Amino acid sequence: MLIDHPLLGLRDSSEFIYVGDAKLLNRPNWNSKNSKTKFIDYGYLRKNPAGVHKELWYHEQGDRSWLVVTRNTVTHEILKVELARYLKRKANAK
Amino acid sequence: MKYSGIKVLWEGLRGNMGWKPLWRNPDPKKSYDIIIVGGGGHGLATAYYLAEEFKITNIAVVEKGWLGSGNIGRNTTIIRSNYLLPQNQPFYEFSLKLWENLEQELNYNSMVSQRGVLNIFHSDSQRDAFVRRGNAMLMSGADASLLGVNDLKKMVPFLDFQNSRFPIKGGLWQPRGGTVRHDAVAWGYAKEADSRGVDIIENCEATNFLVKNGRCYGVETTKGVIKSKKVGVCVAGSSSQVMGKIGINLPIESHVLQAFVSEGLKPVIPGVITFGAGHFYVSQSNKGGLVFGGDIDGYNSYAQRGNLPVIEDVCEGGVALMPMIGRARLLRAWGGVMDMSMDGSPIIDKTNIKNLYFNGGWCYGGFKATPASGFCYAHLLATGTSHNDAKDFLFNRFEKGRLIDEKGQGNQPNLH
Repeated sequence: MLIDHPLLGLRDSSEFIYVGDAKLLNRPNWNSKNSKTKFIDYGYLRKNPAGVHKELWYHEQGDRSWLVVTRNTVTHEILKVELARYLKRKANAK
Repeated sequence: MKYSGIKVLWEGLRGNMGWKPLWRNPDPKKSYDIIIVGGGGHGLATAYYLAEEFKITNIAVVEKGWLGSGNIGRNTTIIRSNYLLPQNQPFYEFSLKLWENLEQELNYNSMVSQRGVLNIFHSDSQRDAFVRRGNAMLMSGADASLLGVNDLKKMVPFLDFQNSRFPIKGGLWQPRGGTVRHDAVAWGYAKEADSRGVDIIENCEATNFLVKNGRCYGVETTKGVIKSKKVGVCVAGSSSQVMGKIGINLPIESHVLQAFVSEGLKPVIPGVITFGAGHFYVSQSNKGGLVFGGDIDGYNSYAQRGNLPVIEDVCEGGVALMPMIGRARLLRAWGGVMDMSMDGSPIIDKTNIKNLYFNGGWCYGGFKATPASGFCYAHLLATGTSHNDAKDFLFNRFEKGRLIDEKGQGNQPNLH
């Protein structure tokens, strides 16, 4: 698989480490209500869809950036690649 | 149908015209005592043990494709009980004991061949870890012995003992481990379950569950609604898809694992051999092909195919361990979808919907577990309580912090 890195262009997926569902970006607040349930969900439960999946890839053999890759888990087609830090900044700005 | 030497002789004389299909092809009845969703190895074993051990025969097994079309036909056929943790090892030893008697019990030749499993180690610290594991195996009643370099040189002289990076220091040897003809396991269980009255319904996909007031009372299928007192889900790589239909998120990711077969060679590999410094395991089939595999591809996938970097990695591991196979040509490679759990261990448990049960999360160790998984799941479905050897395979171990993590990798399914 080739991942179209927003800064570096097409890179081989073997340069990356796969981390998992992009929900890992949204760590619950430990101080919130029901934080125990939220952390169990965050740590252990996954939607694991057959189809479009947003997931985290870490470019370890490259510029060490975190990417959010939107990929089809049935066909391995990559639909969208974004820098995780931009998404996070956008979300924080809101 | 009963197989015997006399029957083979008789059929040979009559032009083999008397062989019958091993199982019927029934239409679903309106209702059953138990419906098992998923006609793979585990589902069929569950149906068989429910009928044989727990005398419940009003059962349907519904299967989306044809029988044995999933991982039971896509694995590297290894059986062993060489686990470390006390929650796992007795279960796998129970499974190995069931394997040892499987052919007699099912009256079916599944070619159970206890040719031994050898785990190679390459450093002093790895030897310590393997000694510890061997002791855990012995404590569960399994067999294990530690072999030194001289033993290995007699047994498997073709290994690269002097490899400068990963010199071979010895191996952990389990003689009772081995290989099994994988498809025949599904067929054998199907035959015996069917002969006890279990309806095996192929090409019948479970599309939803019938749930009312928090109780499950059947499934909707592509062949209509089927009611039942209990439903047991047992669908390996499709676990999240099936349980997702009623909104249950599982501690599971689906990943693709590839397996490989070389062209047929003369007998060279005596048993199952695993590389301790990379991920590579190999055995030789009775037809002569080297059957080998390694790591999963490492990203969520429902495609029953993998990618080239892992093929390269597996082959590199193989050649590092036994350079002689460098010239063997790869004949086939295929992928299966693995239900990788968050701690690398399975789940056989009730769900929070009454009368709905779940069996899954086998990672890529499900084949060897087939008999015990079926037995323990049948125990749970029949009695409502966990079998003693599977009492820790529960959903709540994640929230309770009682993970069963053989490799100590944490909640990262692609590392198990």
